[in-house]
Amino acid sequence: MEYEAVIGLEIHAQLLTDSKAFCSCSTRFGAQPNMNTCPICQGMPGTLPVFNRKALEFTIKMALACNCRINEFSRFARKNYYYPDLPKNYQISQYELPISEHGWVMVETESGQRKIGITRIHMEEDAGKLVHDEFKPVSYVDLNRTGVPLIEIVSEPDMRSPEEAASYLKTLHSVLVYLRICDGNMEEGSFRCDANVSLRPVGTTALGTKTELKNMNSFRNVQRGLQYEIERHTDVLRDGGRIVQETRLFDPVTGSTVSMRSKEQAHDYRYFPDPDLLPLHVPEEWVDQIRQTLPELPAEKKERFISEFGIPSYDAGVLTASRELAEYFEEVVKSFNNPKSVSNWIMTEFMRALKADEKSFSQIFVKPSQLASLLQMIEEGKISGKIAKTVFDDMWATGEDPAKIVQEKGLMQVSDTSELENIILQILKDNPNEVSKYLSGKTQVMGFFVGQAMKASKGKANPGMLNKLLAEQLSKLSQG
Amino acid sequence: MSDLFSKSAHELMSLLRQGKTSSVEITQSVLDRIKEVEPDVRAFVSLDEEAALESARRADSLLASGASSPLTGIPIAIKDNMCFKGRRTTCGSKILENFKPPYNATVVEKLEREGMVILGSANMDEFAMGSSTETSHWGPTRNPWGLDLTPGGSSGGSAASVAACETTVSLGSDTGGSIRLPASYCGVSGMKPTYGSVSRFGLVAYASSLDQIGPFARDVNDIALLLNLICGHDPMDSTSAPVNHPDFTAFLNTSVGGMTIGAPSQFLEKIENRDVENVLADAKRVFEDLGVKFIELSLPHLDYGIAAYYVIAPCEASSNLARYDGVKYGFRAPDVEGMIDMYCKSRAAGFGQEVKRRIMLGTYALSSGYYDAYYLKAAKIRTLITEDFKKAFESCDAILCPTAPAPAFRIGEKIDDPMQMYLTDVFTIPVNMAGLPGISIPGGLSSEGLPIGIQLIASHFKESKLIQLSSAFQNCAKRHLARPSLKVN
Amino acid sequence: MKITPEQVDYVAVLGRLHLTQEEKAKYLSQLDDILKYMDTLAEVDTENVPPMASPVELFNPLRDDVVKPSLPIEAALSNAPSIEGTSFKVPKIID
Repeated sequence: MEYEAVIGLEIHAQLLTDSKAFCSCSTRFGAQPNMNTCPICQGMPGTLPVFNRKALEFTIKMALACNCRINEFSRFARKNYYYPDLPKNYQISQYELPISEHGWVMVETESGQRKIGITRIHMEEDAGKLVHDEFKPVSYVDLNRTGVPLIEIVSEPDMRSPEEAASYLKTLHSVLVYLRICDGNMEEGSFRCDANVSLRPVGTTALGTKTELKNMNSFRNVQRGLQYEIERHTDVLRDGGRIVQETRLFDPVTGSTVSMRSKEQAHDYRYFPDPDLLPLHVPEEWVDQIRQTLPELPAEKKERFISEFGIPSYDAGVLTASRELAEYFEEVVKSFNNPKSVSNWIMTEFMRALKADEKSFSQIFVKPSQLASLLQMIEEGKISGKIAKTVFDDMWATGEDPAKIVQEKGLMQVSDTSELENIILQILKDNPNEVSKYLSGKTQVMGFFVGQAMKASKGKANPGMLNKLLAEQLSKLSQG
Repeated sequence: MSDLFSKSAHELMSLLRQGKTSSVEITQSVLDRIKEVEPDVRAFVSLDEEAALESARRADSLLASGASSPLTGIPIAIKDNMCFKGRRTTCGSKILENFKPPYNATVVEKLEREGMVILGSANMDEFAMGSSTETSHWGPTRNPWGLDLTPGGSSGGSAASVAACETTVSLGSDTGGSIRLPASYCGVSGMKPTYGSVSRFGLVAYASSLDQIGPFARDVNDIALLLNLICGHDPMDSTSAPVNHPDFTAFLNTSVGGMTIGAPSQFLEKIENRDVENVLADAKRVFEDLGVKFIELSLPHLDYGIAAYYVIAPCEASSNLARYDGVKYGFRAPDVEGMIDMYCKSRAAGFGQEVKRRIMLGTYALSSGYYDAYYLKAAKIRTLITEDFKKAFESCDAILCPTAPAPAFRIGEKIDDPMQMYLTDVFTIPVNMAGLPGISIPGGLSSEGLPIGIQLIASHFKESKLIQLSSAFQNCAKRHLARPSLKVN
Repeated sequence: MKITPEQVDYVAVLGRLHLTQEEKAKYLSQLDDILKYMDTLAEVDTENVPPMASPVELFNPLRDDVVKPSLPIEAALSNAPSIEGTSFKVPKIID
């Protein structure tokens, strides 16, 4: 029997507020455990939560970006379970009446764009961290992260392959980062993903038994984990077995998933409205105000880049994957209006350097106007494309203007006819054998002369001019 | 002056301002009184004489400098569930026996800023769960009117200390009657303000949607003075009401002629005790003499108050008390195998029977499959009870009813029968369910000479009407002047 | 509704309470009494009645996103039963 995978994702994203969701502790963690805690986030007796307006605004932004309906009235609820990293032993979350529901995003897949439904986006608080001792049967609790605001984005089970799931995940990731409400760091856990996966015979609509996958801390691992789990389900079902509904941990080393058995009986979270917090009211006017502040989102931006700049869809996709990169591109184009040339440079030299240094945009020395000047110099023939790469490396390291680097290092392209002629005459003189070969008809030695001349000019020779002058001199010799 | 300990706050305030006494002298008088009667009453969990005298000295210098506030220098006791920075705050429980909060409750902060002299923390039922102050880890408090009787609960220490003149005034908390019931049993005045009037920040939670802090005093004048101090919006408490409270003392000694009191038939039907019936009838006569009009009322859903309360309060409590797990603070059981064992054993040894019973009840009522039948149903009935009251207050200024079905019961009498204990709060619980203000003031004595309180209930944020009516009743009937014997009856 | 011994066990696990056999038997009968009393709630018609989670009829206040100092580390750990460095120390979770 042929099976089809049914995948839904639950994404947790930490919001980039300065203070925690329900207390005023900083969300930037100190070096030591428990440095950023107070009676409230430690869950001390008698303390009470007061919600952070910024966290609510950020959530509304994401919900709007995902085409969700914003509920005018929503509520916080308590999710009750015991774990040492959860100081109150309940998490303030939302259950009935979440802030937003019924959204969707368009996702690029191999078979074109697909609409993936979003069930709900709700707000909650993050838990702390538990570190297990390697040698002793003890664990250490650090509550610095406790109470950092999170949003949970729950998708419909609309994805059919690990690739689609990864594409959906990347789409939401880039939207969150575009909105500047989450730093999107998967390794550090500020963007996390759990997946629900089940299989069903192709052509049927009923859902099969699902398993929940955890611990996939990169886009690649989400894909690997789902791939493994789909194969495992397929094997079990083909053998006539049954899937057990359970939570499984992905092991990045082996690429497999293992069952997470727990002494805790079936999850019984005993949700109920948090009596320490009142219903939230988000009037239409406030939602409209927030809607006005939404930036252009990746999908719209990509379309605009294609139509406005005439660059290929692939280029537009790469450039708009990051808001900073896209904005950088636009800035360069403002000063140097050759979008394809700018796009080529950004996608090659610029992104190579960015990746190699693991730098963020705020740390980059090269200003868009400087990159534009560099490209301008190439176009005007002042430097060769090859020299430009070395100039760029200097600019990247120092932030100097390209003109200054070119001048100081004497990298200006040699277009002076007499200087080039002198070089050519010297080379022809030094290589009589090759000249004979050329004159006997083996014109392919032309490349040799060009290489020698380039070398002699330290790469600065204007290649077009060099070719032209060489041809002139050689034809003189053949005629003479 | 040797009888400073027995004077009311407003009397002491004028003596202080006339320079006839000092806060140190008052505090010393109260501390001497505590030494004398505390072995019998056992109202306090923690007492710090030195710290109290130090506060009194600071108060005296404030008074001398003219920078004092109305209640500067007046002794007060706080219930042991109000966080007092750096001082042991146990909530009557073993699980918090050594807990010293690194923060003050908002009310404690207010008392300190006022320059009041906090004597110490008063005994209570563990986590405020009880109607007798018998479930305290520190043992029961005794009723000054009969040392073999309970003072009521859960704020039994706060009520008994005021009745025995071990403090001038005190603060308690009221979730289902925990201020008004002990006030009634101990013959003092006690008010539960409107939910949201007094900040809950730093009040160790029992049932968050019902808990409210309020004052105890030997007369209504002092209640008004304390309300002026403790009521007010607090940005640290999301459920705190952003309202402007009036000067409550302005409602003392004013005429009540033309006011209307409602007497709900559902309350009257429940009165079985002859003495309670007589006291209530007597109170009605007093009010009528003062020109108050009485009307009959119906509160049809009142009968479901206790059942709904004993769903909602334990549900909230089961979640509120989950944090006591031996990880960050509080008691941790020794000799455990792994984390879950540590949780289960620490909580089993740290909590007493009543607390465990309510955690079990609340956990059950919220668990999968039962939520709709219990929590949700009770929350809907809560709406109906509230609507009943709202409708009632369209035709009256206040409701009059007993505070408790009977005078104080004996220590041990109901401790093994939780259902009987729960029924003690039949008249007080509906007030918490609706979030209304309610006051219990001394209404008279039983045939055995025990105090019986009468309860007045008003509409949301109409504490002023309760002050007005109570003050008029007190001035006319003078039932509040009776003092306990401090003997075994 | 009637509560069973299995439910008492289940609820004790959910509420993280280690109960003795004696306590379990006692709670079984006491909870049964109480729940019987609760059954009166079913008499009330609550069709179309909204539930009331709090007596406050206002909406939730919001706080500005401003950082205030956390507790000094000594105060943050002062009530801890067991610490290691500045972490709370707990027994390992045994599955």
